[in-house]
Amino acid sequence: MFYRETGQFKSSYKADQAIFPITQDRWFILFIFIIAFLVIPLTASEYLLQAVMIPLLIFSLAAIGLNLLVGYAGQLSLGTGGFMAVGAYMTYKLTTAFPEVNIIVIFILAGLISASVGFLFGIPSLRIKGFYLAVATLASQFFLVWMFNKVSWFYNHNSSGTITAPPRELFGVTVTGPTATAETRYIVALAIVCVFALIAKNLVRGRLGRSWMAVRDMDIAAEIIGIRPFQTKLIAFSISSFYCGVAGALMVFLWLGSAETEAFSINESFYVLFMIIIGGLGSILGSFLGAAFIVCVPILLTNAPQLFGLSMPIDLQKHIEIMLFGFLIVFFLIVEPHGLARLWQIAKEKLRLWPFPY
Amino acid sequence: MLRNILLALVGAVVAMTGISSTTIQVAADEQFIPMLVYRTGPYAPSGIPVANGFRDYYTMINNRDGGINGVKVTFEECETEYNTKLGVECYEKLKNKGSTGASLVNPFSTGITYQLIPKASVDEVPILSMGYGRTAAADGRVFKWVFNFPTTYWSQASAFIRYVAQQEGGESKLKGKKIAHVYHNSAYGKEANPTLKALANKYGYELILLAVDHPGQEQKATWLQIRRAKPDWVFMSGWGVMNQVAVKEAASIKYPMDHFVGNWWSGSDADVVPAAAGAKGYKSATFHSPRSDYPVHKDIIKHVYGGDQAKAKSNSFGEVLYNRAVVNAMFAVEAIRTAQGKFGKRALKGSEVRWGLENLNLTEARLKEIGMEGFTKPVKVSCSDHETMGPIIIQQWDGNKWNIVSDWISPIREVVRPMVEKAASAYAAENKITPRSC
Repeated sequence: MFYRETGQFKSSYKADQAIFPITQDRWFILFIFIIAFLVIPLTASEYLLQAVMIPLLIFSLAAIGLNLLVGYAGQLSLGTGGFMAVGAYMTYKLTTAFPEVNIIVIFILAGLISASVGFLFGIPSLRIKGFYLAVATLASQFFLVWMFNKVSWFYNHNSSGTITAPPRELFGVTVTGPTATAETRYIVALAIVCVFALIAKNLVRGRLGRSWMAVRDMDIAAEIIGIRPFQTKLIAFSISSFYCGVAGALMVFLWLGSAETEAFSINESFYVLFMIIIGGLGSILGSFLGAAFIVCVPILLTNAPQLFGLSMPIDLQKHIEIMLFGFLIVFFLIVEPHGLARLWQIAKEKLRLWPFPY
Repeated sequence: MLRNILLALVGAVVAMTGISSTTIQVAADEQFIPMLVYRTGPYAPSGIPVANGFRDYYTMINNRDGGINGVKVTFEECETEYNTKLGVECYEKLKNKGSTGASLVNPFSTGITYQLIPKASVDEVPILSMGYGRTAAADGRVFKWVFNFPTTYWSQASAFIRYVAQQEGGESKLKGKKIAHVYHNSAYGKEANPTLKALANKYGYELILLAVDHPGQEQKATWLQIRRAKPDWVFMSGWGVMNQVAVKEAASIKYPMDHFVGNWWSGSDADVVPAAAGAKGYKSATFHSPRSDYPVHKDIIKHVYGGDQAKAKSNSFGEVLYNRAVVNAMFAVEAIRTAQGKFGKRALKGSEVRWGLENLNLTEARLKEIGMEGFTKPVKVSCSDHETMGPIIIQQWDGNKWNIVSDWISPIREVVRPMVEKAASAYAAENKITPRSC
């Protein structure tokens, strides 16, 4: 009734190819933006920002990065944690070496370094496919984490091997380090994630994204119609690692404040992979939904007993949380194997026909 | 079908939660202490006795004395799994609870301590990282909000070397000896390395560094290297499941157990029991007695467990790490008491408790009053020295219980303190902190 496109005529190709061709969608997105940029920073508690919103944004960015590689280009990768570590450690090295350089520039530079590392580890992808490629990228995960632990140059030779985010300013406001407020860090993360999500969305709608999908669906056919698989795959690896690298940098600088290599363990790679599987492979929206699911559900489950005024032993609570979380993952994958993004799509289809489905 | 399963599951969860449903209430004038615990995951063997020790001591203070000078202690546990990310989330969740916010925080994880150090001064919540965390925090001029008394990893490592020298018959005998350090490959495990290296230069022993990756269940390669290198002494910085695996591996390569010394986080009952007879002779450092027959223990049995010894035992009563948590909880309570002396007998803010920590002066007489005479050593904190460089003592497992086998050994201050000050000033420079003058 409310959600239908009848009467919305497109008079140009540009209008027809817009990201959100339906007016209601545009209003909805505007509404989300107002909530994200104005309502949340003004009303949310520090706990909500620090423990939920900032990690949600950062993992969304990492999930977008991995989704470009796995969901669009079809190259299964388990190296996400390693690439995030490259971004984080390089940001630390660069910003301690050049304290006067704008921190956003440093994030981008660290992302570029991460992209070149991703490029290197993507080279085997021409010969190795599927699960075998996953094993090859697993090597990058272990190698990178081992290297950041072993070579003390990466953490400026301090005794503990921990990197700490020093205070850095942006337009006169402290955005990193302990004195930065949760609100500023949230806004910076949100702005970066919005810009990169927009770029990603346009990448996958354009020539590059189409060639990725062609390679994903059938690489021989793609080669026959003139797509070079080697370049295409390597670009996918580089761009994906760029996104993951920036996400890793944001993780240390805007969220955790300091980290050791344990923060980038194999578990992170799995988490991000689960996010895109649950959210939906080959969908930018799915990356956000998947990240929201994996980040928020455990926190919701941890706090649920107290919301209902129950108190139980903390270990029992944790075990129930783990069981429920696992159950929910299985549940959602049974209900919709194509992920939450697909559920959203179905809901939209249904809404178009509501209240008179045929 | 699916709906029925769902309903059954929901029912089961509700039934399980109903088992022990008592509501937590934080009333007006109560001193709130957040508790970051880990009762699940690979570090649970170490985490459970610690969590129980804190809980029992605070409960005992409430039940016996009606709180600290009448101000009740309230606390809330939050599960961290020894994971730094969850630890920060727990801290954020708990820091503003209670009438005056968190009084102080005991992260009981070096990784989490590193995360919280920058936040502490902003949130005005002091950190008491007792014998763990960032060693450089011993310099109170730079780290105003962080306390790591009675002693630190660096002090401990130097005292360990001193112990080895005693056993070998003098510092000159250290020359040419081989000492291996088996450490958890994290901020925690690496802490002792700089001191061990500095002392290797000073005394001329050969240092072999062997890292064990988280969580430490796989150590075959490490112990193969030890078998090949045949070090004269092995020092270990382990935690959680890593400790018991190391002790088992050492026993299986027939390493002489009395030359295998853990640091104070590698010497609890859970670490040696799985290796059974093989663990006999294993040593570890500590800064309090492993016994549980002090007046404070009698009070815990009486006021927390109503005299029920068996119930106390099933709650890890008397284990080494339980005792460690009791010492830690005692420091917290005494610091709050000290602060009450200046600010009045009411619920105190974090900044007021910080003053209490900095001016804590636990004398032998005071320890006797609180039933801990001989249990641990007196501590006097000062503005510049947040560590106090207390002595350590070596305990040994005889197959049934831990026994003290050495005198109190002081750290090598002239080596450690300059390193602490250097590390602290590097931190201050990196983070633009102007050190206080003390």
